Amino acid sequence: MVWAGHTRRRGRPHQILVWSMGWTLLILLVVLTVVHGNPTVMVRTGSGPTVGFDQHPNSVPLGEDIQTTTEGESEVVEEVMTTGVLNPSHYPARRAATVVQHYLNTRYGSPYRWIFLSTVHSGSAEEVAEMGRKYQLALTMQEMISNVSGQCSAELFFPGGEGQSAPQVQASCEGLHQSNTTAQEEAFYQQHRTSNNLASGNNIPDSYGHVEPSMKPFWHLGGVASSFIMLRESNESTLYNMAQVANFTQLETEKDQLRFNYHVLLHEMISQEIIHWKLLVTWSPEQGVQVLQTELQPKCHHCEAPPNTTN
Amino acid sequence: MYIYVLYVCIACYVGLTCQLVFCPPPSCSLSFLLSLLPPLSKLDVWMEPIDLSTPVDIRVPFTSLQTVKAFLETEDIPYSVMIMDLQVMLDEEQDQMLSARAAAPRTTDDYDYSNYHDIADIYSFQDMLVAENPNLVSKIVIGQSYQGRTLNVLKFSTGGTNRPGIWLDTGIHSREWITQASGTWFAKKIVTDYGRDAALTAILDKMDIFLEIVTNPDGYYYTHNSNRMWRKTRKPNPGSSCVGTDPNRNWDAGFGELGSSGSPCSETYRGPEAHSESEVKSIVDFVKSHGNLKAFVSIHSYSQMLLYPYGYTSTPCKDQSELHDLAMKAITDLASMYGTSYRYGSTINTIYQASGTTVDWTYNQGIKYSYTFELRDTGRYGFILPANQILPTAKETWLALMAIMEHTKDNTN
Repeated sequence: MVWAGHTRRRGRPHQILVWSMGWTLLILLVVLTVVHGNPTVMVRTGSGPTVGFDQHPNSVPLGEDIQTTTEGESEVVEEVMTTGVLNPSHYPARRAATVVQHYLNTRYGSPYRWIFLSTVHSGSAEEVAEMGRKYQLALTMQEMISNVSGQCSAELFFPGGEGQSAPQVQASCEGLHQSNTTAQEEAFYQQHRTSNNLASGNNIPDSYGHVEPSMKPFWHLGGVASSFIMLRESNESTLYNMAQVANFTQLETEKDQLRFNYHVLLHEMISQEIIHWKLLVTWSPEQGVQVLQTELQPKCHHCEAPPNTTN
Repeated sequence: MYIYVLYVCIACYVGLTCQLVFCPPPSCSLSFLLSLLPPLSKLDVWMEPIDLSTPVDIRVPFTSLQTVKAFLETEDIPYSVMIMDLQVMLDEEQDQMLSARAAAPRTTDDYDYSNYHDIADIYSFQDMLVAENPNLVSKIVIGQSYQGRTLNVLKFSTGGTNRPGIWLDTGIHSREWITQASGTWFAKKIVTDYGRDAALTAILDKMDIFLEIVTNPDGYYYTHNSNRMWRKTRKPNPGSSCVGTDPNRNWDAGFGELGSSGSPCSETYRGPEAHSESEVKSIVDFVKSHGNLKAFVSIHSYSQMLLYPYGYTSTPCKDQSELHDLAMKAITDLASMYGTSYRYGSTINTIYQASGTTVDWTYNQGIKYSYTFELRDTGRYGFILPANQILPTAKETWLALMAIMEHTKDNTN
């Protein structure tokens, strides 16, 4: 398995270059610019205040008017992330809630069950003594195919410090996975388990948002499989969605598991990057979705140049 | 008889299954064939024999097919079929031509608002709208994109001189297709509602509306022809293989601060300097020379949010309270149509810290009602929103825009 590692820093990483070298932990290169435009490399060393900032652009100089918002929250913050009660409209709770969404898909997702965050009702966050930050959230999640909604309470932990630890999530939901997908899943499984007609597809949805009905379960499966990566790669400075299934190919069924190679495009909202991943995915109604291998694809600069341009 | 013609290709048509047959050298001879098959008077030569190395294509009617094939096989003349059934190809071509003609609307009433269109279609639409409504709509070219495309702004005005104005833009990020599609619908909505809807009529009797639908035309073209996920402009960056600047980090408001990237390869690259992109500079010049804009709304997707300044600093803007309340009214009106729920707040609180953004600059220029929309959806389809959501999105968003425009009108002298 190819593992992509990175360290995390507070604030906004604008460019993430990730090398994978098996078990070796790797360096996250974050390019910042100060006002003059000189790039500065920052590496996060701990879960305390970020190293290297002389003057955080967000800090309000003394003497300036400080206006409290209607929510009663002071605006004098080094970072918008707050500890304590979180505003459900603001991004910290939303990002954490999206991580819970990814977690739920890894646990319960299938070609006929794909879960999305609907509403953040409330949340809170706290520092955990030098180890990281812990969130508690009350959420509504929605299963997209059956349209069933469920109330969830979740607790998640973002580990601090260097290293590539994924967030840890616990969640319990009422009503979500009660949609009865058994019959559809079984039919889909039986239809595709023999090797006569291995399925494949590309650009799902297409540029116009269209998904062929026969491709929908493969789209959902791609989304669920992507959740494994998105969960693993998430931190407080990221917000992931699957943008598109670039292509998928079904492989021979092995050990009663349907097997697929997927190439997916993930959209990371804070950096606005489109990140390409290749996955080896298995699924059966009994075993659920598993992702056996992941491989980050390099950002293809050559793809971006038009045919008759010299760049 | 010496056989010297190299290739013979035979095709036939006219409503029956036909085959085009290809006959390699050295055994084929057109004249030999013809001489041996007098009944083949209907042989239609598509490519005459020219020299020894040039193939000859012949169309053979279905009724002669078996005879010809039998002959070729008997004489040991290799052939192969190029076109199995020419009629099928002709029918398909006919269909395509018909549908192509149907797709080109002749009036803005024919235009298909429930589908995505390429840049040529939208530019035609703009010209048609002006032609159909010469007393209400005009087109202003505020500049050119990097690749030389015109930057078109539709001006909706019922007269006056330099009346206070409202600015709307869509498509500054080219991959956000729902925005250009909605902008097109907004343009038609304005001309439809003027004189029919009291609120919109009152707005236009006092103020002008400016609408730039394809704010990043080079990027938009690129999303149709190369990369659906392209966001930035298409201007190359010297010394880098990476192209483009993020036009929503290129404005002179907190330019260069945290919330944008200094790397040309980044999707949030701010550019070499503020207003370096002609797509941005053209709007800057327009805003400054107009001097009387009262509202500025920049439309993006996705996430379902309505944002007000600032993005580059957590210091609240002076008018935060009023902008917050107006945002609440706008998204409440939006939700009234289909129940679509939006979040709202300052950019930095609601989505992330972003520097050099459009509405931070316009707000600092004194345009109080400066807002950023993030339209549907919240991630299931993301940038590639299905076309069947265009009309619902445009309609619900229009309610929010009306709330903002009405409030602007009521608070403008």
